[in-house]
Amino acid sequence: MDRFSWTSGLLELGETLVVQQRGVRLCDGEEKVKFDMGVLLLSTHRLIWRDQKNHECCFAVPLSQIVFIEEQAAGIGKSAKIVVHLHPASSNKEPGPFQSSKYSYIKLSFKEHGEIEFYRRLSEEITQRRWENMPTGQTIQVNKDPQAGRIRAVGIVGIERKLEEKRKETDKNISEAKEMVELSKSIANKIKEKQGDITEDETIRFKSYLLSMGIANPVTRETHGSGTHYHMQLAKQLAGILQTPLEERGGIMSLTEVYCLVNRARGLELLSPEDLVNACKMLESLKLPLRLRIFDSGVMVIELQSHNEEEMVASALETVSEKGSLTADEFAKLVGMSVLLAKERLLLAEKMGHLCRDDSVEGLRFYPNLFLTQS
Amino acid sequence: MHRRGVGAGAIAKRKLAEAKYKERGTVLAEDQLAQMSKQLDMFKTNLEEFASKHKQEIRKNPEFRVQFQDMCATIGVDPLASGKGFWSEMLGVGDFYYELGVQIIEVCLALKHRNGGLITLEELHQQVLKGRGKFAQDVSQDDLLRAIKKLKVLGNGFGIIPVGGTYLIQSVPAELNMDHTVVLQLAEKKGYVTVSEIRSSLKWETERAKQVLEHLLKEGMAWLDTQAAGEPQYWLPALFTELYAQEITPEEAKEAIP
Repeated sequence: MDRFSWTSGLLELGETLVVQQRGVRLCDGEEKVKFDMGVLLLSTHRLIWRDQKNHECCFAVPLSQIVFIEEQAAGIGKSAKIVVHLHPASSNKEPGPFQSSKYSYIKLSFKEHGEIEFYRRLSEEITQRRWENMPTGQTIQVNKDPQAGRIRAVGIVGIERKLEEKRKETDKNISEAKEMVELSKSIANKIKEKQGDITEDETIRFKSYLLSMGIANPVTRETHGSGTHYHMQLAKQLAGILQTPLEERGGIMSLTEVYCLVNRARGLELLSPEDLVNACKMLESLKLPLRLRIFDSGVMVIELQSHNEEEMVASALETVSEKGSLTADEFAKLVGMSVLLAKERLLLAEKMGHLCRDDSVEGLRFYPNLFLTQS
Repeated sequence: MHRRGVGAGAIAKRKLAEAKYKERGTVLAEDQLAQMSKQLDMFKTNLEEFASKHKQEIRKNPEFRVQFQDMCATIGVDPLASGKGFWSEMLGVGDFYYELGVQIIEVCLALKHRNGGLITLEELHQQVLKGRGKFAQDVSQDDLLRAIKKLKVLGNGFGIIPVGGTYLIQSVPAELNMDHTVVLQLAEKKGYVTVSEIRSSLKWETERAKQVLEHLLKEGMAWLDTQAAGEPQYWLPALFTELYAQEITPEEAKEAIP
């Protein structure tokens, strides 16, 4: 807490307020201090705290002093906190509420919520470092030339008017869109409560609306998953497009590879990652010759139905045995696969008991599982 | 004050009322669907107008894109959820970000063997800009972050880790928990970190520090320098370009894609 300096709380020239939150208590490291109820303000340049009861009590620390920040989730009887790690105070720092501190971090405790938004904004400000572009405390240059001043004013007024128009238009769009979204949400809730009273068709139609609007879909149905007609069509298209590339790559491709391949081929009207995933989820139920598979690690792949990863494991075992031992990189090079899929295959082989791992700082290396074969 | 209904009779009455309410609810929902259809059409027309005026700006102006995204966030919609959405089709917002996604994947893949799948947002930004060429639209770091957030759903382990004043982008499915992240943040200042620094800054025991560093070594995200004066230093190749810039050689690019 010795990094803070007293301040009037007024913003400097060029400094803008980003967000503020009431009900914030400060802690010096792990210890509570007397500043237990205040307003926390974030500007482009500083973090400012002002006592809610005594407005004269106000101090701040420059954002440039922050090393990094962490979140501490709320618990029973405990508010959510942000931990702010700080650089040591500079020698010419203005005096503040504390002369010294044995901690190099402070905690901000959000007793009236607001932690999530504040954390997001603080992270943004620390990333953008806007204080570097807008040095405060500079005086405005007064333009001596009256002629130029007049022209500039007209220009600025013109721009301001345009901005105002644009803002009004945007506001109109926002309020219309908001209405739409409220309506959609209320319908979605009704559907969720009474699964079965609204027809299948209407549900699908409604989901298309949600999709168009870009609203996350809370309604799920077993037969179609989170898909819509669009995704069904897409799934069928993918089956056509991916058949040959899959065969060329040994019957298996990661979803990121598929995403790049398909979008590069399309050129326009690209697929969003979500579109791709939703379409792939429907492959199996539509009885198409491809399927989506998710490994334990979370890696997602598309396989040909005819592809059997378990059989590939047998040949992988042979390859590893021939060489004595292999890392994922080495295996990938030998077989001509991507490292990502090579690793998944070796992990699967391990899971099935055929391979053993040797995990060291030199990397992850796989050996034939002699414990199993030579007992 | 009359007594509130208690007993079986009152319960039955209440259940009947609930059932009737739910039935009414069904009718309401169907009505609303029809109403929504109409509203959607009207909204579509307005959006078309908006699009014709601002489509160019969205494509060319990163600032405007940020404002547009913020507006959507206020409303509660995700304009990048689907290429089939209004926003995508009319404003072309989608294509911009989805293509960016492809470029991000390609850059990360090409450099993975060198940095273990960790790259700073700055370096990613530079490499992507280079790949896009002189005549392509400008791309901001905000754009990259949004594109990456969308890529997460592909299961390839895309992640965004805040460090110092910037972000590290993870593009491999390696598990990085809070301990690893905090050490990465500590290393960001100089590009490397030592066990002693971790002990003094984070107040950890040696064992905990070593475990974290070994994990990063195994994943190829950290390199060990045992010849440093004093104690061994753990360097993050992801942060090398902060010290000196490197280009992707044609060989590296070819090697990346099997």
